[in-house]
Amino acid sequence: MKAAKGNVFKYGDNVDTDVIIPARYLNSSDPAELATHCMEDIDKDFISKVKKGDIIVATKNFGCGSSREHAPIAIKAAGVSCVIAETFARIFYRNAINIGLPIVECPEAAAAIEAGDTVEVNFDTGVITDVTKGTTYQGQAFPEFMQKIIAAEGLVNYINTK
Amino acid sequence: MRMTMTQKILAAHAGLDKVEAGQLIEADLDLVLGNDITSPVAIKEMEKMKVNGVFDKDKIALVPDHFVPNKDIKSAEHCKCVREFAKKNEITNYFEVGQMGIEHALLPEQGLTVAGDVIIGADSHTCTYGALGAFSTGVGSTDMAAGMATGKAWFKVPSAIRFNLTGKPSEWVSGKDVILHIIGMIGVDGALYKSMEFTGDGIKNLSMDDRFTIANMAIEAGGKNGIFPVDELAISYMKEHGTREYKIYEADEDAVYDEEYTIDLSTLRPTIAFPHLPENTKTIDEIKEDIRIDQVVIGSCTNGRLDDLRIAAKVLQGRHVAEGMRCIVIPATQKIYLQAMEEGLLKIFIEAGAIVSTPTCGPCLGGYMGILAEGERCVSTTNRNFVGRMGHVSSEIYLASPAVAAASAVAGKISCPCKLS
Repeated sequence: MKAAKGNVFKYGDNVDTDVIIPARYLNSSDPAELATHCMEDIDKDFISKVKKGDIIVATKNFGCGSSREHAPIAIKAAGVSCVIAETFARIFYRNAINIGLPIVECPEAAAAIEAGDTVEVNFDTGVITDVTKGTTYQGQAFPEFMQKIIAAEGLVNYINTK
Repeated sequence: MRMTMTQKILAAHAGLDKVEAGQLIEADLDLVLGNDITSPVAIKEMEKMKVNGVFDKDKIALVPDHFVPNKDIKSAEHCKCVREFAKKNEITNYFEVGQMGIEHALLPEQGLTVAGDVIIGADSHTCTYGALGAFSTGVGSTDMAAGMATGKAWFKVPSAIRFNLTGKPSEWVSGKDVILHIIGMIGVDGALYKSMEFTGDGIKNLSMDDRFTIANMAIEAGGKNGIFPVDELAISYMKEHGTREYKIYEADEDAVYDEEYTIDLSTLRPTIAFPHLPENTKTIDEIKEDIRIDQVVIGSCTNGRLDDLRIAAKVLQGRHVAEGMRCIVIPATQKIYLQAMEEGLLKIFIEAGAIVSTPTCGPCLGGYMGILAEGERCVSTTNRNFVGRMGHVSSEIYLASPAVAAASAVAGKISCPCKLS
């Protein structure tokens, strides 16, 4: 499975789904439209700066709050290739996998990696490399079935191809 | 067997004698729920699946409640999508405006959620039904789609934290204060991936509406579910509201818990969560400064039930909201609305200068019906006080009980009925 590589946007604890995609935009379910408001209430510049392949790194409890699948959908549609965090809120964790957004739990990487670093994630091994700093971290490797869901771009396609 | 109450319910629905924390299982679902925000995404996903319709038209509940009555054209299109799907698939439990209510108040009231059930809902506050002794948890739209198509969902069996509740809450202390106290104690990720199991003889001193409020906010501590043992009060609630057969599961005496807390309810004080996290709690006694507010919201899946409205009315009777205050009261269901009318509560609200709205989630998630402007402050009986949750990113939300919210509306600042003249 191909690895992710990109520049890092760094956030702190408890990034909730209301700041990832505010409810005032939930009258739409179109991924491209949702992406234009991604992270708007926590980082106004995110959407103008993010490039395809970039990576979000955050600390504790990323994606807490509402069950809106629109949150990982907006992040994925904005071009983000992977989210690394110390921990994820459980509904967000499920949703990210179900829609095929790669996510990795790794407390050490979440603490050390800084905004603007170039980071590479190998999904087969769970190894996270901070290319800028020249450091590596061992994240949780994806179990095979999760890798297949992500490769199929989500649970629905995965079920259909089984 | 050493299983928690949650583990026993999950084992039974997976056809297993025993499960343990961390085990991946596939469980049969008794109910799959969605609303007007999450269902359209689920419907789109389900249409991509190679399946013929839903697994059981009686075991799906579709409740447009977030932006309903339709707040704008896009919301109206979402609701139309849900309505047409419900019609095409002959969904028994679709609730149109006029029958609808806020989903987590409505479904127990309709007798659709009972003890022993496994329920998933594409709404994070689906954990509410644990008050009746069900395992219920929030999921996203894709899980909802798979649930509607197959009647099954996979779960990682959770470990649990036990909260042993003792004593009796004092006047003006309710379920909201209990759960805010707990979240303040363990934090917004204190129960991450875990069950919150409530036990102890203090439970008998909590009304069903108190228990719904407590289970409802398990997600605000990161919990997978919150669950109460099934006692006489829960049984009489289920018998009064429906005919579905319930099944009582009890934790084993030697069940394993990651952590245990004992909370003497008689020591709790009215508790308020300050911006911008539910864990930023202070008791009313710890607030020394005047915190002026612009708006009060009394409602939501957390605190829009009849007990909540009765408490608010008790505070507002013979009083008037402060000058310039916007006080918005939202009964959670049509039935609660009607009961509040028959009991004269609505008259009390209106005479006090509050407004009364048709059931909707509206302001809780910053949808409509009470959006906050730049720098405004709101005391709200809802469940989240995140940045921008109810409006402008610089607005502030203080989470509190109906008693504190009503008293604050009168005082124009954060207050408590015990402090009103």
